[in-house]
Formats: sequence, structure tokens, C-alpha cells
Amino acid sequence: MAAVEPLDSLLLRGDGRSRRRRLINRLAEVLANAAALGAVAVLAIVVLSVAQRGLGEISWTFLTSDLPLFGETGGGIAPLIVGSAILVAIATAIALPVGVLMALFLTEFASRRIAAPIQLTLDLMNGLPSVILGVFVFGLLVYGHKQSGYAAGFALSIVMLPLIARSTQEVLRLVPQTLREGAMALGVSRWRMVLGVVLPTALGGILTGTVLAIARAAGETAPLLFTTSIFVNTVTWDPREALPNMPVQIFIWSESPDPEDHKRAWATALVLLVFVLVTSVLARAALVRSRKKMGQ
Amino acid sequence: MSTAPLTQSLKGARRLRDRLGDKVLFLLTLLAALAAIAIMVGIAFKVFREAHLSFSEFGLGFLTGTTWDATNNVFGAGTFLYGTAVTCALALLIGGPFAIAIALFLSELAPRGVRGVVGTLVEMLAAIPSVVLGLWGILVMGPFVAHHLEPWLNSAFGWIPLFGEPSTGSDVFIAGLILAIMIVPIVASICRELFLSVPHDLEDGALALGATRWEMVRGVVLSGSRPGIAAALILGLGRALGEAIAVTQVIGSATAIHVSLFEPGDTLASRIAAQFQGAVSQLQISSLFYLAAILLVIGLVTNLIAQVVVRRFEFQRTGGI
Repeated sequence: MAAVEPLDSLLLRGDGRSRRRRLINRLAEVLANAAALGAVAVLAIVVLSVAQRGLGEISWTFLTSDLPLFGETGGGIAPLIVGSAILVAIATAIALPVGVLMALFLTEFASRRIAAPIQLTLDLMNGLPSVILGVFVFGLLVYGHKQSGYAAGFALSIVMLPLIARSTQEVLRLVPQTLREGAMALGVSRWRMVLGVVLPTALGGILTGTVLAIARAAGETAPLLFTTSIFVNTVTWDPREALPNMPVQIFIWSESPDPEDHKRAWATALVLLVFVLVTSVLARAALVRSRKKMGQ
Repeated sequence: MSTAPLTQSLKGARRLRDRLGDKVLFLLTLLAALAAIAIMVGIAFKVFREAHLSFSEFGLGFLTGTTWDATNNVFGAGTFLYGTAVTCALALLIGGPFAIAIALFLSELAPRGVRGVVGTLVEMLAAIPSVVLGLWGILVMGPFVAHHLEPWLNSAFGWIPLFGEPSTGSDVFIAGLILAIMIVPIVASICRELFLSVPHDLEDGALALGATRWEMVRGVVLSGSRPGIAAALILGLGRALGEAIAVTQVIGSATAIHVSLFEPGDTLASRIAAQFQGAVSQLQISSLFYLAAILLVIGLVTNLIAQVVVRRFEFQRTGGI
């Protein structure tokens, strides 16, 4: 009898305190789950809203016609698609080579002390509000001259530059040191090692990083507002002129009181959103795969 | 006999080319790296120079002036500074805890398969162009919040002046919500990395001592990454400060300070964006550059603080390796 007494007090039954601890724990878990669910729900709601409202408007004519003039019904967004493509192409043509060279400097040449301030500059550039880039390029190239595709492409390239430099750096760091040492041991000079061994090994990763930067730049509006926002309604190929583009036109249409313009805005937003989401998902998948391959 | 000098000179040529190639590549990369610094300096220089006209007209009083009157050429940034502060505070208050909870879910709770999928979806939220999010904000979320959430907040907390009469669909509160959506993915992905880098021994130790999962998270994961969380929030703040497009679409562009969150307002960035086609006089354009200069200073300072905190934190974690 007496031997059972202490056992009873040791029974693993929850008293009030432990029940409260378990309850709080449960509550925290539920809240964390709810937060994750909430974020996914917001994404789903936004994408579905755009799809639901935009899908009905999209037709072959819509994708291939010129912009409607003021008050006109119908019309299409061909000039916007062409213009956005040209702008992103210009930005990539500037940002890709410069970004890769920056990354090469940081990983292959610079000592830690020289790399640190440049790295910091790139991080700060990445955090810069994009509307400031628009204002900067406006003051540099547009004010006193006129809006142009080149100016807007330059503004977008500043958005892409730190992204490409950062992703390239990450891939370059994954290139095995043994490859570099092997090349050096064969008596190959540094520039041949970089161009012949390091860059080809990293090429896939650099390209995926670039695609991610393109997806980001394609949706940027603020750098374009001051550099290519007053444009004609027909397809424009000449970057010396202001180029019609999707982000700015969505912005203009979204501010309009006309419900027809809202429909056009939804449809254009759907085109832009599909492009941005598909490219970034594909690039991310490729990135994960190449990381795994290089990590082995 | 005759080949020896030939190979010798070939070797010499190769060595020369190699040395030249090394130099050229080094110089090219150095040039690119210096271009980064040149661009940043150029931006600061240009923005401040163009702001000069407005600065000499209004001086530092521009910061507190609450008039923005294009017809009489009187400009001030007071309203926009206030709007920026309020929308950013809202974004951090709503988005911050949300993002940290998501990061905890992704790092501590979710099973492996779910982790990847949800992580990708949260990152996709960051990929939505701000103009598309703004379009959704003005046409879908704005009216919903104005007709359902705001009347409820008004009737429940109406005695607090912050929750005044509901708006018609564009106000400071909606702008704060949109900004919260925008900063969640950034803060969540940084915090997830932080939480994942907490040593497993410490987590297991806490659990072995009988802590519940939440007690382990609070005592080990959260308390160990406090500076990192702060840095993540500051980076999110930097994003919220500078967002121009989506805010312009939903905030309703008003040049008056209201106590109620359900009134239209304006932020530094959104005012710049809203005036893109409307600026006529030189003084007005210069005043826009003045706004940009203020935004640049605030943006650089917040980012700098975040970077310093991140770097020091990483240094602590790794012991300087």
C-alpha cells in the first residue's frame, strides 16, 4: 500500500500547468499554419481575380491590334507586348555583361577588403526604391530632351544589375575550387581559366539568374513612368522613341474611370502576370536543379 | 636546331598574350565594379542637384510644409512624410508578425514536401508585379475592405480616432494592407533562412528538457535570431518606403493630414509617381526631385542599418569565418 503512494504522484497525467503549456503550444502551431495558409490564399485570390476578369477579354485580335484611341471601343495590346520586349532586351543587353563582370571581379579578383565596399554598394543598389531610378534617368537623359526606349531600358538595367551580379556570384562560388586549381596546374593563364573553365561551368546558373532578373524587370513600372510613358498607340520598334509598354499602360488604365479601360487593364495584367510567374517558376526550378547538380 | 628558337618565340608570344589577357580581363571586371559605385554616386549627385532649385526656395521648411499647390507654386513634403510613416507602420504591424509566423511554419512545422511547395508559393507572391497588385487593390480589395472590414472596425473601435468613417475604396489603411502583402514574402524568406540556421543541437536540447515546441521556438529559435529578425523587418521597411506604384493606385492622393486611417493620403514615393505627367513648372519638377532626395536618404539609411545588422549578426554566428 505505502509503496504505491509515490507512484501515484508520479503518474504522467497533465496538471493544470502542463495543460496550459500544451494549449499555448497548440495555439502557436495553429497560428503559424493559418499565417502560411493566409499567404497562399492571398496569392490564389490575386491570381484568380486577374485570371477571371482578364481571360474573357483576351482574344487573338486583342493580342495583335493597336491600342484603342481615346473613347474607342475594342483595340488591343500588340504595341505594349512589343515595347515591353524591346525594353527588357535593352536592359538585359546592358545588365548581363556588366553584372557578370562585377561578379567575376568580386569572386575571382578582389581581395576581401576591396570586395566588401563593392558588395555593400550592390546591396544598397538592390534596396533602392525603383521610383528613384526613374527620377534619376529622367533627370539624366529625359529632362530637356525627350522620353525614349533607351532611357527606360537603362533605368531597368539598374534594377537588374544587382540581381544578376548577386546570382552570378552565388553560382561562381559553387564552381569547385579543384577545377580552378586543375586549370592553373596545367599552366593555363588566369583569363583563360576564367573564360574557359569557370564561366562555362557556371553558364546555366548565370542564365537562370538572368531570367529571374528579366521576370522582375518586366513588371517594373516606376522606372518607366518618367522615361517612356507618353507614347503612340501603334507598334513602335525604334528605341529612340518612347515605347508603349505593359506596366505603364496597366497603371494608366487602372486610374481611368472607364470600366472598358478596367477590362483592358485586367487582360493586360493577365498577360504580364502569366509571363512573370511562368518565367520565374521555370527559372527557380532550373536553379534548384543546377544547385543540386553542382553540390554533388 | 631550327625549331628551338621558333617554339621559344611562340612561347614568348603566348606568355605576352596571357599576361595581356589577364590584365584586360582584370581591368574589365574592375571597370564593371567601379561602375556600380559610379551609378550610386551618380544617382545621389543627380537627384540632389536637380533638387537644388526647390531647396533654395523652401529650405528645410520643405520637410514640414503641408501644402502642395501647383497653381501657386508652394510645395512641401510634410503630408507625404506623414503618409509614408503611417503606411509603413501599418505594413510592419500587419505584415511583420504574419511573415515571422510563416517563417516558423516553413522552418519548424511543415513536413518536407509541404515546405518546398509553400515556400515557392510565398516567393511567387513577391514576383507579382506591383502594378498588378495595385490593380487588384484598387478594384477588388479596396472596395471589399471599405464595405466590409472598415465599417466593422469603425463600429467596434470607432472611439479611437484612427478608425473613422469608412472610405469609398481608396485610403491610407488599404495602402498599408497592400504594402503588408508586399513585405511578407521578403521578411518571411529572410527569417526562414535565419531560423533554419539555428543549431539543431540547441533545439533538440530544449525539447529534451521537456519544452513544448512553442517554448523551444520562443526560447531558442526566436531569442537567438532577434537581430536577424530586426534586420529582416528593416529590409521590409525599405521595400515599403519605396513602393510607388501600388500605393499610388490605392491611397487616393490627398494633400491633407487626417487622423483617421480611412481617409486618403499620399506617401513620398506615390506623390512622385502620381505627378509623372502633370509636372509643369521647373519649381514643381525640382520639388519632385526634393521628394526623391528625401526618399533616397531615408531608403539608404534603412538599408545601410539592415546591412550592418546582418553583417554583424553573420559575423557573430560564424565567429568571423
